[in-house]
Amino acid sequence: MKLHKFKQMGMNIVIDVNSGAIHIVDDIVYDVLDYYKYKDLSEILLNLKDKYTEEQIEEAYNEIKQLEEEGLLYTEDPYKNIILNDNGPSYIKAMCLNIAHDCNLKCKYCFASEGDYKGERKLMSPEVGKRAVDFVIENAGPRKNVEIDLFGGEPLMNFNTVKEIVEYARKREKETGKNIRFTITTNATLLNDEKMEFIDENMGNVVLSIDGRKEVNDKIRIRYDGTGTFDDILPKIKAMVEKRKEGKQYYVRGTFTRENLDFYNDVMMLADEGFKEISIEPVVLEDKHPLSLREEDLDTIFEQYDKLAEEIVNREKQGKGFKFYHFNIDVNGGPCVYKRISGCGAGYEYVAVTPDGDIYPCHQFVGNEEFKLGNVFDGISNDELIKTFKNGHIYNKPKCMECWARFYCSGGCQANNYSFNKDIHIPYELGCKMMKKRVECAIAIKAKLMEE
Amino acid sequence: MKHIKTINMGALKNSIAKPGCKECANSCQSACKTSCTVANLECENR
Ligand code: SF4
Ligand code: SF4
Repeated sequence: MKLHKFKQMGMNIVIDVNSGAIHIVDDIVYDVLDYYKYKDLSEILLNLKDKYTEEQIEEAYNEIKQLEEEGLLYTEDPYKNIILNDNGPSYIKAMCLNIAHDCNLKCKYCFASEGDYKGERKLMSPEVGKRAVDFVIENAGPRKNVEIDLFGGEPLMNFNTVKEIVEYARKREKETGKNIRFTITTNATLLNDEKMEFIDENMGNVVLSIDGRKEVNDKIRIRYDGTGTFDDILPKIKAMVEKRKEGKQYYVRGTFTRENLDFYNDVMMLADEGFKEISIEPVVLEDKHPLSLREEDLDTIFEQYDKLAEEIVNREKQGKGFKFYHFNIDVNGGPCVYKRISGCGAGYEYVAVTPDGDIYPCHQFVGNEEFKLGNVFDGISNDELIKTFKNGHIYNKPKCMECWARFYCSGGCQANNYSFNKDIHIPYELGCKMMKKRVECAIAIKAKLMEE
Repeated sequence: MKHIKTINMGALKNSIAKPGCKECANSCQSACKTSCTVANLECENR
């Protein structure tokens, strides 16, 4: 597919898939595009003669033709060979450390099976953590920027290890010239002054989980005694965010499920609390789970995304804008083509490490023995699997090659693909549909703001 | 042009000229991490 067109917020938007060019067109062009590639001008004139005058159609036709000649419409894909010929080595430069396979909450949708990843509840020792730091530095090769994500379970249940890892990494940074950037993801329940101070100082990004409105959050994000967490975490999240001065990243993020298909209200609740960086994302669960999103929910979900896009434009114009993570497409810049086709890098640039030091392609594969790549003490033992992941890019995913959103999505989530289709190359379809909707919204927001 | 307003000339094509230094951040799509779509990543090599 070389071209995608859609209507949103009163605009007709056309995306040239391979160049990334974006056009706003009138109804005449929008209709002519239905025929342009399949019929010649005389036939198109005949087809649309009841709607537009001959002159209008001819004008529109010629403008399309001109853009095609300028390489802004119906562009061919010029990247494929460059990518397929890129046989250079890959380097593991990003790592998710599962600091704790344990959690003090039992959120109902947790993929990690309430923190233990279906295994034993376990905390990572400082020794494993430090060895993991060395492992990623050794494997990052020439890459200067290294990322370490402190994850769980709930990483703050093992704060001591967190501190030791960071301290050790700072020392190794100086010795090796690497630039190590930390992120921590937390449910916010264990935040206190000391931890907040530490996080603010040492983390490049902090991801704080809350699902939005109290009634939504407290149905899902619950403690072992069944009580909700909202009243406890909201003030802590606010305090944490307040500490992040200009330029320091944070995200307030939640998940929506079948229980709150009206998640627009949750995003707005968080925006009204003053948060500027917000993410509310679709839950991914198998169909039979009571909280799972299903095909029949899509209309409602799309409506919510549309509403959200419009409100974001409104607020932006009023000077009180906020960012919704999944709408933050950078249409002018963004990463280069290499990154766009390869996506998350799971399994060859990015890996996850368990409390025992076992290595998996990413946090979502943890615990699935088939996907074990090795151990931080003994190194990588499954090079074949690394190759499979490296080659798991869009050019090896037939569905993605027919999809207009491929350079924005870059092939979906390998873990979701695997869990739904037992093959990382076959996209998780419900996810695709939502992804495409979000990309449309994101582009429409940009177009709307540029139009005025 | 009368019927078409081009609001973006295509960042993708230009990006092919970039070196592909592979220094940019990691990006995850899943709902439990920072989960960005790749398209909003910042390039480290502008
Ligand atoms: S994963 Fe789905 S949405 Fe993404 S590029 Fe592939 S087909 Fe398109
Ligand atoms: S496979 Fe999915 S969950 Fe894992 S890093 Fe990639 S996008 Fe994220």
